Amino acid sequence: MFQYIIRRILIAIPVLFGVTVFTFFVINMAPGNPVDMYVNPSATPQQIALAKEQLGLNDPLWVQYGHWLGQLFQGNLGFSYSTREPVTSMLIERLGPTLLLMGTSLIVAYLIAIPLGILSATRQYSWIDYLTTGFSFLGVSIPHFFLGLGAIYIFASKLELLPTGGMNTLGGTTGFGDTFFHMILPVLVLATGIAGNMVRYVRSSMIDVLGKDYLRTARAKGLRNFIVTNKHALRNALIPIITIIGMDIPLLIGGAVVTEQVFQWPGLGQLTIQSIGSRDYSALMALNLIAAIAVLVSNLLTDVVYSIVDPRIKYE
Amino acid sequence: MSLPNINEPLTKQSLESKTLVMEELGKEESYLRLVTRRFFKHKLAVAGLIVFTLIILMDIFAQVIAPHHPNAVSDTFEAAPSADHLLGTDQVGRDVFSRLVYASRVSITVGLGAVAIYVAIGTVLGALAGYFGKWVDNIIMRVTDVFMSFPYLMVILVLVSVIGPNLFNITLVLGILGWPQVARLVRGSVLSIKEMDYVKAGVALGYSTPKIIFQHILPNAFAPILVNATFGVASAIIMEASLSFLGMGVRPPAASWGNMLTQAQSLTVLSSQPWLWIPPGLMILLSVLSINFIGDGLRDALESNQSR
Repeated sequence: MFQYIIRRILIAIPVLFGVTVFTFFVINMAPGNPVDMYVNPSATPQQIALAKEQLGLNDPLWVQYGHWLGQLFQGNLGFSYSTREPVTSMLIERLGPTLLLMGTSLIVAYLIAIPLGILSATRQYSWIDYLTTGFSFLGVSIPHFFLGLGAIYIFASKLELLPTGGMNTLGGTTGFGDTFFHMILPVLVLATGIAGNMVRYVRSSMIDVLGKDYLRTARAKGLRNFIVTNKHALRNALIPIITIIGMDIPLLIGGAVVTEQVFQWPGLGQLTIQSIGSRDYSALMALNLIAAIAVLVSNLLTDVVYSIVDPRIKYE
Repeated sequence: MSLPNINEPLTKQSLESKTLVMEELGKEESYLRLVTRRFFKHKLAVAGLIVFTLIILMDIFAQVIAPHHPNAVSDTFEAAPSADHLLGTDQVGRDVFSRLVYASRVSITVGLGAVAIYVAIGTVLGALAGYFGKWVDNIIMRVTDVFMSFPYLMVILVLVSVIGPNLFNITLVLGILGWPQVARLVRGSVLSIKEMDYVKAGVALGYSTPKIIFQHILPNAFAPILVNATFGVASAIIMEASLSFLGMGVRPPAASWGNMLTQAQSLTVLSSQPWLWIPPGLMILLSVLSINFIGDGLRDALESNQSR
């Protein structure tokens, strides 16, 4: 097991390398020049040329990439050409809000989806089942921005119950209660999509397990239905669900671009949009790197957890 | 995960599919008939098929349906819905209904185009990996791993903004990045099919390798690819709409359902001119929902073990 983890990490290194090479060259294919954002608009051509030389933008691409990689190993992600802030501090500032928003959304989504999926599976073909399946299709089919705008329209604009966006009231209190109010709508939007997807997997996985012989045995022994469903069946049904959770986790970092934009949530997703707008190459490289690491780490975690909960699975 | 038939109790259904399998033995083209029959029993899938057909018709006959040119500017702007402008006009005075009709072309093009590209790439790579195995398999699967580890949305955003946000480029980027899942699916199918006797017979008869792969193996791996591709069309449509909404997809004056919602980010448009953003949003929802239902129906119909 330990060896397996080490090997997976070693395989992940060239994959990460591939991702950074790819994004670096793609970003540098962009027309225009990041130096335009760096110098002030009235700079003379000489000043621009000087700035370019200082930033190393005249070097061949592979030299620039090598430089970036070298800095990365020293823990330096560079600095933003547009705001002149170090990228690391920009990321740290944005990471908190994104983790808060996405973490809450995932938890809310699972708290809704898992019981609903079980209910739907145990009462197959009932009205609850049809309603759940219908809503899950709706949840995965509605674009986040439309649902978000709709939510703002109803709850913020018409009913005036909740704020339209942001994380805190400007100039107001910055307590937890205030952030909580700002979170309700974006969490609603994100949780709808995640739960819609999850319900379908929980349902079909439960239906599979409920048909198994060992559950018939459990019932035959006289165990109460509630225990059979929620203890014996659920534990086995959750194994395939781990894969779905593993696929959701990278969303914690990079998946909320659209929702963060709609609700003006000051997280990593919004930073991505701003960085693309201002051609902030170093920030984009760092964002891509973090997102790729998130994907790889959660893939690895999924496999490890899988072998822990299901001892039949062995990795060599 | 199937949406079952409302009127059919489980036992009767399974009995019926058994008799259908029996019939299948006797007739040549009855697999197709069996699948069609199963598909048409799935009511939501049929509804989805009808809605999607209507959207395709709207796309083809856009010129006939739309009362105005999508980019034609009238002298009334920000007008509420009226007889002349069914869904009112936007900030520049363009007819919202006409733009809505023409924008269906964008969604359909991206949806079908991107999926066609990635199914082609994924099928070829998956078939090569599965059929030849060894180092070919190794290389292709490692590349697949790299592509699967890409932070999908972020790479798409960066790529599209770099090579220029327009319809053609979005279709291309979604097509080029979307293939890994198909490749894995096809590889898996090919791995099991190539051990079948009829394939070995083909090899023994001296058929060329491409002929064996494309005529004898791939047709039998068709079902999972079709289901995957159907759901793929739905997600490509959502992706294009999201990119266009963010201003990094199809850009005005070209109309896309996604970019018709961009202006609704301003609170005044959102609250006082709902006719500008609700209709295109509903169109996206409707088309994506209908395609997802079709996909669900296809999956139920094509899955051979109808245990549920």
